[in-house]
Amino acid sequence: MADTRTITVNVNGEVHTNTINVRKNLIDYLRDDLGFTGSHVGCEHGVCGACTLDINGETVRSCLMLAVQADGTAITTIEGLADNGVAGDLKKSFAEKNALQCGYCTPGMLASAIEYINAGGNADKDKIRRHISGNYCRCTGYQAIVEAIYSVAENGGN
Amino acid sequence: MTGPRFDFDKPGKYIGQPTKRGDTKRLLRGRGKYVDDLTLPRMLHAAFLRSPVAHGKILSIDITEAKKVNGVIRIFKGSDFIDVVKPYVGVLSHLAGLRSPPQMPIAIDRVLWQGEPVAMVVATSRAIAEDAVSLIEMDLEELPAATNMETALDKEEPIIHSEYDSNLSWERTVDVGDVEEVYKRDDVTIVEKQFRFGRHTGVPLEARSIIANYDPSENQLDVYYSGQAPHMMQNIYSKHLNIPEENVRVISQDVGGAFGIKIHTYGDEFAATAVAKIMERPIKFIADRYESFMTDIHARDHVVNGKMAVSKDGKILAIEFSDITGIGPFSMYPRTSAIEANQILNLTGGPYVVPNYRANSRVVFQNKNMMCQYRAVGHPVAMAICDGLVEEAAAAINMDSVELRKLNLIKDNAYPTTTASGLKLDDLSHHKAINKLVEMMDYEKLKDENNKLRNEGVHRGIGFVSMIEITNPSPAFYGVGGAHIASQDGATIRLGAGGGIHVSSSVTEQGQGTNAILAQIAADVFGVNIDMVQVTTGDTKTTPYGGGAWASRGAGIGGEAVYLAAEALKDQVLDIASVMLQSKPEDLNISDGNVVDIGSDDNRISLSDLARTVYYRGNELPSDMPLELIATRHYRVTDMPFVFTNAAMAAHIELDVETGIIKVLNFWAVEDCGRVINPMLVDEQIRGGVVQGIGSALYEECLYSDEGQLLNVTLADYLVPMAAEMPEIHVAHIETPTKTSVLGAKGAGEAGTGGAPAAIINAVNNALRPLGVTNFQIPMTPNRMLETLKAANFK
Repeated sequence: MADTRTITVNVNGEVHTNTINVRKNLIDYLRDDLGFTGSHVGCEHGVCGACTLDINGETVRSCLMLAVQADGTAITTIEGLADNGVAGDLKKSFAEKNALQCGYCTPGMLASAIEYINAGGNADKDKIRRHISGNYCRCTGYQAIVEAIYSVAENGGN
Repeated sequence: MTGPRFDFDKPGKYIGQPTKRGDTKRLLRGRGKYVDDLTLPRMLHAAFLRSPVAHGKILSIDITEAKKVNGVIRIFKGSDFIDVVKPYVGVLSHLAGLRSPPQMPIAIDRVLWQGEPVAMVVATSRAIAEDAVSLIEMDLEELPAATNMETALDKEEPIIHSEYDSNLSWERTVDVGDVEEVYKRDDVTIVEKQFRFGRHTGVPLEARSIIANYDPSENQLDVYYSGQAPHMMQNIYSKHLNIPEENVRVISQDVGGAFGIKIHTYGDEFAATAVAKIMERPIKFIADRYESFMTDIHARDHVVNGKMAVSKDGKILAIEFSDITGIGPFSMYPRTSAIEANQILNLTGGPYVVPNYRANSRVVFQNKNMMCQYRAVGHPVAMAICDGLVEEAAAAINMDSVELRKLNLIKDNAYPTTTASGLKLDDLSHHKAINKLVEMMDYEKLKDENNKLRNEGVHRGIGFVSMIEITNPSPAFYGVGGAHIASQDGATIRLGAGGGIHVSSSVTEQGQGTNAILAQIAADVFGVNIDMVQVTTGDTKTTPYGGGAWASRGAGIGGEAVYLAAEALKDQVLDIASVMLQSKPEDLNISDGNVVDIGSDDNRISLSDLARTVYYRGNELPSDMPLELIATRHYRVTDMPFVFTNAAMAAHIELDVETGIIKVLNFWAVEDCGRVINPMLVDEQIRGGVVQGIGSALYEECLYSDEGQLLNVTLADYLVPMAAEMPEIHVAHIETPTKTSVLGAKGAGEAGTGGAPAAIINAVNNALRPLGVTNFQIPMTPNRMLETLKAANFK
């Protein structure tokens, strides 16, 4: 059984082909092989949400996915988020409300927030709280994050 | 003084405003620089074999198979460090009698706690290093362990360190007035409760991380570390690795949360640094989540028997308690593991007039992970003891607990004064705070609602806490005890040729917004737009010498140093400008990046033109004119050991008596941290702190088996607060500036964590008391609640 395999992924619009160890997690591949260090490792068991990112339009825990499973997909990490549209509005809103302190949860939190807005999530703080309850933040107390997402939702998501 | 001083009576453009943090730009684009983001040439990765038992004798460690793994470069055992690392001892001379044996980074003959490093693999990747760790054969003889702190001093228990006569590390008693005399009186009401505080930990999302690199050609050690106190670590590495202090550079760039976890000397990090020196190449060690739970310092494991005596009319006459806490097999280096107990003795009852006070704490060794300072050190315990007893006493004499507080809180005009334990207090506002709190939450209405709902079988409770927080420490905290931990901080500000300024400060940033408030102060006081201010923190090579981030000191001490340096740089600029412009310096000011005439505000020269003249065309200036456009100032607190803040907080909870689940409905905090430099950042410090406090009160506990095995080492079974469980947290401020500084800022980083547990405990007991039961053990898990409710009297 070969312990390496060649994969091709599109990350933030760049196409990468690499031969990698089949046991490597997607997050380690993105960070260590490609240098996309914007996504973070928090728990490596799918609970904290720090490594959450977008693959083909779905939000995924990149610590629970093998890199080989991402073969042929298009991945968007925080480095690839646009400065306009939903992502841009959320980034602006996060800065204005101070919805981040240390910034370590932010890449995953933004990915979950984008998912919420793109799915037509409305300006409902309880729903927003439930939606981001797979993303652990130790610094903020969550309120500023909820308010940042709320204000984007209130403005129609864009 | 040559130019006009900054006028705090006028609204600042930045000071006091919710100014956005510059750092968020980077962090929101995935451009942060956390330790694990960094890769150095020829860097190797470390993984550790750790003790699987709480106490054991190492018989043999066989690395034969592990060495064969492709990519393994070298494997180290504890004995490999004997000639490289000078052992370290976690004691301080001002904590009289504190004892702890010398420690080494990796166990040598004996393991003393589950998780203690016993061997270190260095390999070309972390995955390979972990593969090899799993192939190391270790033969251990398990020894009897003393794990339970409550029995650790019993004669039958094994003594962990044979050189000592018992497992006692430290003991202190405070005895003020005469509590016994009070108890003899027949007109007093006495309440007694046992409080149990679960062992929990900080759980920063970014685990402990370090990269150490050593260059033998210059005898230079560079350490990139995710931490709070670069200069402290510089001193420690210098002292214990025998490298001159000036040849050690410690750098903290972005830090993914710290909370006091990242300010201690950990064996694995020390080993990684020592191996960088031995192997003369970069070593990276990033703790994984299991390692974080097992080896990040734990905190708050205390069992307290408390007692309060009040008069019939509600005056507190006496507080007494005994505390026992288990700290693991050693006192942590260099801050020691006795500080939390010491704080509890110092702080309990601090908001109130307490005429008689007797308290004792015993700090004991045990075979568990070490305990040390985590955010709000001692405060949550001290506040829960006193305010828990306040609520019990109020219930016992049938008085509203807010009324009892108001009767006993130190009057706002009674300062300066001292706590029962003898600490100096000044510039506090307990009465203003609690008055504002009850107004903000509409206490009377909420009480009525709770009473009505109780008849419908809905069990809600309101709990309060009035608290003090230690901030802006003077050398009294550590320096007097011999620790090489700076309590002063420095700031250097220089004018660039482009008219911007660069601030370099020895306080550090872990997300609190330190860099932002330093920029706000510098911009306002010096007189430039905040976009023209760059801030550097977290580098021993490029910042002034100072303490870093601990004990809520960034704004109060680091901010004051920036204030002083900005005034000094302004004086330099105005002196030069006065010569260039043929004006008197006192007739000039700096505004929006220009030197202007006072009064008319007419622009005379831009800062960039002034700087360029000085830097490039010095020939145009008199030959005897000083050319300095850079100023450094340091600041320390001299008038008081600590600058205390105060707060009043309240929680509103609902207890589901069927499931035992507690839902926090609402939380309010009124806080006085002196001058608020950035209300947006302060509010979020308070909220984040409150959520950590709620976590400790309801969810978080490091659970050990009787044998000393940690049972919950994942985020799936150590529960932290997530967004859905957390309430809206309403924050308001009272601003009583401290007289110890010009800026008047006190700290705000720990109040939430220090106060919230007491408010939650009191709210739950407010819901329980009508049922005839109480519970003072945290975390208040559903099981514990159901157990308590077994004795409940449902009418």
